[in-house]
Amino acid sequence: MPQKTPFHAMHERLRAKLTDFHGWLLPLYYRTPIAEHNAVRQQAGLFDTSHMGVIQVEGKDAEKLLQMLIARDISGMRPGQMRLAVLCNENGGILDDLTVYKFGEEKFWLVVNSVPYENDFNWVKEHAAGMDVKISGLREKTAKLDLQGRKAEAVLQKLVQGNLNEIGRYNFREVEINGVGCVVSRSGYTGEDGFELYFAAGKAEEMWNALMQAGAGFNLQPCGLAARDMLRLEAGMLLHGQDIDAKHSLLLCHYEKMVGWDKEFIGKRALLKQREQGVKEKLVGFELLERGIARNACRILKKGEEIGVVTSGTFSPTLKKGIGLGYIGKEFSAAGTEFEIEIRGKAVKAKVAKLPFYRRGD
Amino acid sequence: MQNCRSTGEVTESMANPDDRKYTKQHEWCKVEGNTVTVGVTDYAQKALTDIVFVELPKLGTKVEREKPMCVLESVKNVSDIFAPVSGEVVEVNTELLSTPELVNKEPFGRGWIAKIKLADEKELHALMDSKQYDAFVEEEERK
Repeated sequence: MPQKTPFHAMHERLRAKLTDFHGWLLPLYYRTPIAEHNAVRQQAGLFDTSHMGVIQVEGKDAEKLLQMLIARDISGMRPGQMRLAVLCNENGGILDDLTVYKFGEEKFWLVVNSVPYENDFNWVKEHAAGMDVKISGLREKTAKLDLQGRKAEAVLQKLVQGNLNEIGRYNFREVEINGVGCVVSRSGYTGEDGFELYFAAGKAEEMWNALMQAGAGFNLQPCGLAARDMLRLEAGMLLHGQDIDAKHSLLLCHYEKMVGWDKEFIGKRALLKQREQGVKEKLVGFELLERGIARNACRILKKGEEIGVVTSGTFSPTLKKGIGLGYIGKEFSAAGTEFEIEIRGKAVKAKVAKLPFYRRGD
Repeated sequence: MQNCRSTGEVTESMANPDDRKYTKQHEWCKVEGNTVTVGVTDYAQKALTDIVFVELPKLGTKVEREKPMCVLESVKNVSDIFAPVSGEVVEVNTELLSTPELVNKEPFGRGWIAKIKLADEKELHALMDSKQYDAFVEEEERK
């Protein structure tokens, strides 16, 4: 039986089309994927993302532990800031991509993907042996909603004291919404402005209703995973377990730029060696030059020879064409390079595109 | 249509017009003389979700009853559309190449897919009328 989020009864009442997403029963869509995608690009959308996990790291050695675990230097982070980061294994493969929230010198959150949550938790715990830290898994008691879209701030502002303008991108605050304590960061997985909200699981429906009510004048729509996947792909954002994983080195994707080479961390030795030898493939964005949608595992061909494989593909409602991500031989990875993608036995023309496919205009 | 399941869509359903026949794969066909216009039903378009590409059959192709005739691709997946009757494709709705969303918006009207010149009139007897199809859909939704 797949797990249910604290919003499950709400999704059923809204008659969402539910799907088993790696062991979690989540809305695929409520109306249609494109209508929900457009709501986020034009106004605002609300996503249940409670399947994601929060791992809290507290104690004197908290920063020391995280510096060893993640491949990014977080020593310059100030309380109230968050950062995208990567957890590597000894080979430089990506165990998970996550965001680090710094509450204070001795308290951090790691917000991780749903599938690797338990592994991440155990990994953190194992490496904390002998250190002065306390590791807690908060997924069970935490509900998470993503409020995304250009109207997200206007919607949330109706419920929050103080000016949301003061929370910059990738910053967060602890606020009260209708008396419920919330962690609110200006971040998300759609390429739009927006917020990720964390609060007690018991307050899930109350918060959902408060947000939907506040959003009524802004055409706020509940949105499902299908819209979320199109939005994140348009924004060039990666999906762990599909675009990146423990088998693929961090150096193959654009996370390479965030590596803190001046500090020690798990996987550094392997990554240094790979950097010296040079990588053979890259994760690139592509767009189709003909009609069609490339899907995960489609082969990428050049003159009939396999040169890569698609990891994610979708139809972009913004660009009105097929887009996607895939691993491809390094010599073919320059923007504009043309190749073919095999879609249901047919070779469809495509070319390497610069990421992101979509950038919001502020 | 393949793998057709209820979507739990909140919006109102369109009535299935009683001037045509229906298949268990959720295609409809409207008979005029010995030509049959083919499309997918409202139930089918909702289950498919947003159609973004339509691969039309080639003119002159001989199609066979209950064999794949063309492909509708939605954001979610790719679905074969089956020929409701055997015959020759004599016309295709090229409007769908630039506006595939017509299948979602007007499944029984401008979202038609192709016209087939009927090979064997007897095949029509195997199809459902609108009342039978209403009952069939209701049954499907209960599953």
